[in-house]
Amino acid sequence: MLEVENIHSYYGGAHVLQGISMKVPDGRVVAMLGRNGMGKTSLIRSIMGMTPPEVRAGSVRYNGEELLGRPSFYIASKGLGLVPQGRRIFPSLTVVENLMIAAREGQAKGNNGAKWDLNRVFELFPALERRRKNRGNQLSGGEQQMLAIARALMSNPSLLIMDEPSEGLAPVLVQQLRDQLIVLKQQGLSMFLVEQNFGLAMAVADDVYIIEKGQVVYEGTPADLNARPEIKKRYLGV
Amino acid sequence: MASWWKYGVIVLLLIAAALVPQALPTFWISIATEVLIYGLLAMSVNFLGGYGGLVSLGHAGLFGISAYTVGYLVTRMGVNHYVAFLAGILLTLAVGAIFGGVAIRATGIYFLMITYAEGMVVWGLAYRWAKVTGAENGIRGITRPELFTKGWQYYYVVLVIFVLTIYLMWRVLNSSFGLTLRGIRECEPRMAALGYNVQVHKFLGYMWSAFFAGIAGGLYAYYNRFVSPSTVQLSVSSESVLMMVLGGVGTFFGPLLGSLIIIVGRNMISLYTARWPIIMGTIFVLTVLLAPKGIIGTLSAWWEQRKKVSAGVVEIVEASARKEVGAEGEVRVGTESQS
Repeated sequence: MLEVENIHSYYGGAHVLQGISMKVPDGRVVAMLGRNGMGKTSLIRSIMGMTPPEVRAGSVRYNGEELLGRPSFYIASKGLGLVPQGRRIFPSLTVVENLMIAAREGQAKGNNGAKWDLNRVFELFPALERRRKNRGNQLSGGEQQMLAIARALMSNPSLLIMDEPSEGLAPVLVQQLRDQLIVLKQQGLSMFLVEQNFGLAMAVADDVYIIEKGQVVYEGTPADLNARPEIKKRYLGV
Repeated sequence: MASWWKYGVIVLLLIAAALVPQALPTFWISIATEVLIYGLLAMSVNFLGGYGGLVSLGHAGLFGISAYTVGYLVTRMGVNHYVAFLAGILLTLAVGAIFGGVAIRATGIYFLMITYAEGMVVWGLAYRWAKVTGAENGIRGITRPELFTKGWQYYYVVLVIFVLTIYLMWRVLNSSFGLTLRGIRECEPRMAALGYNVQVHKFLGYMWSAFFAGIAGGLYAYYNRFVSPSTVQLSVSSESVLMMVLGGVGTFFGPLLGSLIIIVGRNMISLYTARWPIIMGTIFVLTVLLAPKGIIGTLSAWWEQRKKVSAGVVEIVEASARKEVGAEGEVRVGTESQS
């Protein structure tokens, strides 16, 4: 279980996360919704130990272990797999190399503990197999997104953290992504999803948070949020 | 697959290299030896710069530590040649651990500046620490091992060690560590987010590179039988970077080709004019402007492009035969590069 408690993060003098608390219990999918510039990516960077921003107070615990102040490679090795914003794949490595570079034993959760390898990843994303020898920069946006997720899976994470996976994807591809995330969820993988796409988050998540100006302003379930149009309108504009 | 011809080319090159002493006069055997030694140095720079993205301007320092160690041990201490050669590599690794430990904290231009400074430290020692290095006079009279005193004999020694060393380099680059190095070149923070301790891997990359540079330095000491501050001067470092750029940054054999062109060019052109540095500078500028990927990089990009176009044509023909259209409603040209 990932527990974030009352963290305060700063970019220089700018106080971007003002006491965020949230948690991702094992086997659940948690979505953090919010508009641009509300601190979503800063939250992920703070969890993953990436600087900036600088986290000056609070605590980030994973399975009880304090991660704050640890370097990102250590945090990643604890089983937190990151799908970074903007699909940051390795442009001059091939699809297979992009995947193999991330491969590690990990402590795979989900699908009865079956490990992720090239075969299993290609089963989930058949489009990638057809392009196994292409370089990262020769892929379409949708394929790059699949590759970014597949790469994170190759590290056999126990928690998959995704920063706006739907960003820049055509509606058809967002639908496809939703189906793939649901498959992962059914296999029991814990996920933390930061999104602007309301439909995607609501379709996949068990718990929903809304972040506004560096603070959590709503916490509930998708069904509950759907029943409260005033919150949706006020914070998300939908 | 399609790579059989690559092995064919390598075998042909090996045969040609083995025939050099039979086919060429003494002067050219000596040039060929130099091409291999500086080629190995340039390949060690490329190991770190082309694959790891850490371009060093201080490799002459590592090269020189090994060369000076061999020279000192052989001429002053009368140490056994094989021990002296190994000691040269070991001392290079020891100093490399300090230099690398400092330099890997930076990337890009800062890495370049730190390694430049480190190279200058070695040059300064060579120049000032007269008791050990002989200052400007250098260390003279380095003898070669008994069986390899003649130029053509020593050429074979260099050739064998060169081939074994670059085979090892090739294995390292094609291991998972090689992939890690390339990942670091592409993006350090991404590698950290994937769970890699980037600093440790950069350090290991530096140490491998120092190891290869140390071998080149030891070979040089026996080749030239004389080491002096000019062995470790800045131009040795910058020329090895130029060899890498000319042949192709991040291509395995590019630096060797660069070394061939630079060394042969220098020796041929120096017969006619003393203005070799101007010509070399021009070559460098033209390479960067016209073929920034270097000779091998440009050729292989051209080759891939050609292959892609022909594969694309096949794909279109096949797709239209099956009346099949790509997933996003278009036929993609040149996306399948296999077969």
